[in-house]
Amino acid sequence: MTTIVQSSPAPVVNLLTPEVSEWRRARRSLLKAKWPLLGFFILGVVVFMALFAGQIAPKDPNRQSLIERLMEPMKPNAEGKIDYILGTDGLGRDLWSRIIYGAQISLAVGVMAVMVGGIMGTSLGIIAGYRGGRVDDFIMRLADIQLAFPFILLAIMVLVVLGPGVWNLIPVLGIGQWVTYARIARGQTIYQLEKEYVEAPRAMGASDRRIMLRAILPNVLAPLIVIASFNVASAILAEASLSFLGLGVPPTVPTWGGILNESRDQILAGKWWPAFFPGLAIMLTVLSLNILGDWLRDFLDPRLRGRDAK
Amino acid sequence: MGQYITRRILQSIIVIIGVTLLSFLTLHLAGDPTYLYVSERASAEEIEATRIKLGFDKPLPTQYLNFLSGLARGDLGLSIRSRKPAVDLVMERLPATLELTLFAMLISTIIAIPIGIIAAIRRGTVTDGSIMLVAMLGQSMPSFWLGIMLILFVGLQLKILPISGHVAVLDPIFQGNWAEGLSNIPKAVSYLIMPAVTIGLFSLSRNARLVRSSMLEVLSQDYVTTARSKGLSERIVIMKHAFRNALIPIVTMLGLEFGFLLSGVVVTETVFSWPGVGRLVTNAITQRDIPVVQAAVVVFSVMFISLNLFIDILYAQLDPRIRLR
Repeated sequence: MTTIVQSSPAPVVNLLTPEVSEWRRARRSLLKAKWPLLGFFILGVVVFMALFAGQIAPKDPNRQSLIERLMEPMKPNAEGKIDYILGTDGLGRDLWSRIIYGAQISLAVGVMAVMVGGIMGTSLGIIAGYRGGRVDDFIMRLADIQLAFPFILLAIMVLVVLGPGVWNLIPVLGIGQWVTYARIARGQTIYQLEKEYVEAPRAMGASDRRIMLRAILPNVLAPLIVIASFNVASAILAEASLSFLGLGVPPTVPTWGGILNESRDQILAGKWWPAFFPGLAIMLTVLSLNILGDWLRDFLDPRLRGRDAK
Repeated sequence: MGQYITRRILQSIIVIIGVTLLSFLTLHLAGDPTYLYVSERASAEEIEATRIKLGFDKPLPTQYLNFLSGLARGDLGLSIRSRKPAVDLVMERLPATLELTLFAMLISTIIAIPIGIIAAIRRGTVTDGSIMLVAMLGQSMPSFWLGIMLILFVGLQLKILPISGHVAVLDPIFQGNWAEGLSNIPKAVSYLIMPAVTIGLFSLSRNARLVRSSMLEVLSQDYVTTARSKGLSERIVIMKHAFRNALIPIVTMLGLEFGFLLSGVVVTETVFSWPGVGRLVTNAITQRDIPVVQAAVVVFSVMFISLNLFIDILYAQLDPRIRLR
């Protein structure tokens, strides 16, 4: 993976001057051309839901109503009006409103975890590539250790010790991701070191910090953005898994994983909707992020195309 | 070759030490770990007694050395709940988890390969598009949700497959009773299918995409063009010249795959009430039974690291170029 990344030219150039052939190729397959648009659309809807949850949600997501427990979706009431489009959960709460509010936490956790992991990984990667030698060895050995075992297990352990909660979840998920960024940032940095625009400020005596931030960072960002869009998706999935295990966010705050977790008691009774809809929300969001990630990868760097360089 | 193996073994030992250090330090993240081991109503004397009994009164490096020497003897403390050795509890449940993981791995590799090849050969067609769409969906759904949906629709509505239950295959085999273990396989499969699909669909999708892209790359190589221009049939070109080379990235993935599937078992076993390590961990989480969680983390990691070591050595045997790196 590293060799491929190293041999590609500064992909930012491609961002600024997209080649015509790129578009033609994207259009060649109808499916391919439509997917990114669909992804943008779904993601836009989810972001909108999260931002304006208070205005969109028809009901208070935490209001319980024991008479209206487990109402089926789209079922009209005595007056023929539909009270609950997606039905209610085991405590009579409106599922649709809970899913709308759930978008807030799921998106926030995903994006913030990626920011934590991205900043940490990118800085360590650039430092490793720039300094070389022992610093490089140390950081990369650390990365090897982390890759050498399934991280979710350690995440579970950390969260058992620290207790569940958003502010424990975000750093844990972020730390789980830093290696990917670090490896790519390092490879790119080593490649950038030979460029004139890095050598010039070096020769003029600019500080290391300035070189790293001004000359190297902007040129290594493009592939990292691609990784970030995939990682928001996997952070959302990880959040859902951990919330499902009761290690995520406390039950009073609706999250997609949490709603799924609460639906477990209803499954054996054959009540499908409390589990179906939150999972669908997760799937659509993650799907559109993955599609956008694929598309970004093609768009920013045709050389990375076709490789699952995750 | 010998040099390469020595180097890889040394590396693995360093990694195992790193993992144990991490899982040891995790305990201390929230301050004094004694509080994780006593009930909330414990008196100050009880807490102090537990602290001394578990050695948390000693300096950190000493504690870590004690932890390591315990680990070497396979001793990671007693479960808070059942008072049995935590490692024993994990090992008891391990065969069921391995059955599930191996079956999931089988499904995810065997199905992914032909699917990926077909998509690559039919590149740009509707077949390719649909396969890739399904693969995208497979990589986007939370696995436990897929499990729940399978239970609801395949298990409860259609009543084709059982929604829980388990017939042991590996357990009797590990005890030396091969005949019983093997004769259990047909019965075990119906219980295995839904949980294995649940764990494996993500990998299946990723592998199918990987096979496709690596096939596409190989198909554009000169030696494939040469093979075609020699007049070889397309079948031979694809199976003999292209596919064998396309397999390399997939073999590399297998080791990582196993670890990935292992971490998927935690949620999936909970959904299907599978009597494996995953459900043990979930129960330990709700009971805050730290030694059991820790034992599971260490056992899984050591297994994962050894497996990767094994695969790397095997791989170096197959491909001499790797030894020189």
